[in-house]
Amino acid sequence: MVAHLLRLKWTLLRNSLRRSPWQLLGLIIGGLYALGIAGFFCVALVLLRTADLELARTVVVLGGSAALLGWGTVPVIASSADMTLDPARFTTAAVPTPQLLTGLALGGLIGIPGIATTLVALATVVTWSRGAPAAAAAVAGAGLGVLMCIVLSKVVTTATAGLASSRRFKDVSALAFMVPLMLMGPIVAFVAQGAAGSAGFLTELAGILAWTPAGAAWSIGADTAAGQYGPAVLKLLIATASLAGLAWCWKMLLEHALVTPPFTAGGRKRAGRMGLFGVLPATPTGAITARALTYWIRDPRYSGSLVVIPLLPVLLFFQASQTGDYGVLAVIGPLAAFLLAWSISADVSYDNTAFALHLASGVRGIQDRLGRALACLSFAFPIVLVFSVGPFFVTGEWEWLPALLGLSLGVLFTGLGLASVISARYTVAVPLPGDSPFKKPPGNVAQTMAVQFGGMGVLLVLVLPEAALVVAQSVTGSMVPGWINLVLGPALGLLLFAIGVRLGGKWLDARGPELLAQLSVNR
Amino acid sequence: MLVTRSLRKSPFGTTLPARPGGYAGTMTEPQPGIRPPAGPRPHPVPALAIRGLAKRFGGKIAVDGISLDVPAGSFYGIVGPNGAGKTTTLSMATGLLRPDFGTALVHGVDVWARPLEATKLMGILTDGVRLFDRLTGEQLVSYAGLLRGMDKDVVSARVAELLAALDLSADAGTLVVDYSAGMTKKIALASALIHAPRLLVLDEPFESVDPVSAANIRDILDRYVESGGTVIVSSHVMDLVQRMCDHVAVVAGGRLLAAGTVEEVRAGASLEDRFVQLVGGRSRTEGLEWLRTF
Repeated sequence: MVAHLLRLKWTLLRNSLRRSPWQLLGLIIGGLYALGIAGFFCVALVLLRTADLELARTVVVLGGSAALLGWGTVPVIASSADMTLDPARFTTAAVPTPQLLTGLALGGLIGIPGIATTLVALATVVTWSRGAPAAAAAVAGAGLGVLMCIVLSKVVTTATAGLASSRRFKDVSALAFMVPLMLMGPIVAFVAQGAAGSAGFLTELAGILAWTPAGAAWSIGADTAAGQYGPAVLKLLIATASLAGLAWCWKMLLEHALVTPPFTAGGRKRAGRMGLFGVLPATPTGAITARALTYWIRDPRYSGSLVVIPLLPVLLFFQASQTGDYGVLAVIGPLAAFLLAWSISADVSYDNTAFALHLASGVRGIQDRLGRALACLSFAFPIVLVFSVGPFFVTGEWEWLPALLGLSLGVLFTGLGLASVISARYTVAVPLPGDSPFKKPPGNVAQTMAVQFGGMGVLLVLVLPEAALVVAQSVTGSMVPGWINLVLGPALGLLLFAIGVRLGGKWLDARGPELLAQLSVNR
Repeated sequence: MLVTRSLRKSPFGTTLPARPGGYAGTMTEPQPGIRPPAGPRPHPVPALAIRGLAKRFGGKIAVDGISLDVPAGSFYGIVGPNGAGKTTTLSMATGLLRPDFGTALVHGVDVWARPLEATKLMGILTDGVRLFDRLTGEQLVSYAGLLRGMDKDVVSARVAELLAALDLSADAGTLVVDYSAGMTKKIALASALIHAPRLLVLDEPFESVDPVSAANIRDILDRYVESGGTVIVSSHVMDLVQRMCDHVAVVAGGRLLAAGTVEEVRAGASLEDRFVQLVGGRSRTEGLEWLRTF
């Protein structure tokens, strides 16, 4: 039975690749990336073999605990990224629970994260091959550690599956996780500073973690290598007991989950709340703007990118305070303009097959393009204005304001125009409607990257005049190029915006059905 | 008009093996039991005229040359087994999927040459596509109306009436994503009806809809046909089609096996028996002895 489940998982993985060669390419790229990281860790662990025992212990225990933390949290953030072997699908198959658990756990190893973790864990065996007992202990530790990672992730996914199936929870949690993720850089820097302040801090932390379920498995090898057999046996017991405890939790949760299918809660609401549809003009373009703006608020895939925007100044301010060079703050305006304009470059992909309504209603391409672009512009314009002017209150270098404001507006309008063309022609892999913004999107990653980077390259070329004028001001020191930019940026941007909306509309009219067919591939 | 001959040769140049139902892909004679229509045609221009539509997905031929006339004012059922090409045919006829071969005319307007004009005449309920489900039900139906360029007051009046008729008033302000499957189907139907089209193309409109709502929808559609509208429904519930429709077309393996009035096609038998006879594929009921051994 266990072999059956493993074969099923393997077949599912293989068949998912058969859908298109791009999918295979995406997996290869992802695999190479993971292999690169895993390879780096493996080499480091092999090198640690000759290092000081205390240092090696600290690194392995901290790394192992971090891996466990990752396996425990990532599934929640990514809304259980890997549900190919969703236990709910085995409800009616009457698989005995022990076999089901074993099969699902080992199935978790098949896949890029599982293989990478296993490789790195096996490399710790090399670190501790300082004698036969230590190597044997490290094998046991690595096995226990990897299994704990997988079982923990299963416990977490099963526990949150009930919660996560409520739409509201999914929406809110996706947004809530966005903030710490964005601020990861500053947080890590802060922790690193603290660690650097007290040299013994990490060693102490590792010492403590080694006695907890998180690090026990990873320190068995170290203790054996140091000849401390007593603690090694104790930690083996701690690790085994934790694994058994986790497995028991998983079993209980799974048995509970199998007999209580998820349900959607939510009250009934009567008519009368038309929202933005009541405010904006009752034309096709106005309706599309209202729909797009409603999605910017209600769909976490859109609002997620809005949450990022206010964090931009925070990030850059932190960066600037590190280096003491506050001039970098002036980048916020153009950067926000780019991010906001670019956010609609995958608009039709976000619609998914719901786009069929536009096609079936005979919406003209230009109405579709303009409606979406105006929705984005309605909030992007004030944000870009504030972000372009704001930094100068900090830096006081007001002579740069006209040049950078021109650049920001140029980037905003040009970007919106270009995004209108791109989303009318190319689909990219994005999370499906209703999925978490973090979820790995189905479909070909390679084409997505080609479209995204290609588009950004074109945008870079299109805003060259504005960028050149900013450079001109910094070279000549004269404000004349800056004032020219303040006029040229919006003028050229608006021109390109108009061209983009028209061209995108024309393409949409000509190739609407083909676009819909592309969208139906990923659903 | 009501009789269909299989094409001599499919657009892809394929021929089908003889079927148990007596159908062969290269046959040029009309099906036994289906006679040419008698009497004058009520409407000279069919509501939907399909000519040689064909579509291939990679190596798989989904629709292999289907020609069909749907008379104006008829309640037309399209039946066929799973994977017969019903959805693909209807998508090509309504401008959602570009055919490899063939044309489709809606009240004489070429869907693929003048798409904007043709879509104005049609209301489409597509099976298996998403909706803008983060809108409330009320917003979604209004959106469909506004996209058609309709007047705001007309839209809001019609939305209220449609939601009441489809028993969705109590959930008008709920997000469509929180609707049940049947409610989602009904709100999609409302979106297709809002602009009072001359032709309604409904792909699997009764799937997962409760019996009471289904009866209400049937009433709405019956009255719509009485006043001159044309309805095309695809389904694989034969009883429903036999009771509801006046015309029926049987599609299997991407080809049209029979078409005409329901009486002509079923030729005295029940539609279901006739369907099974045409499509074939009924396995013998011997075997599976072990199923009776418990």
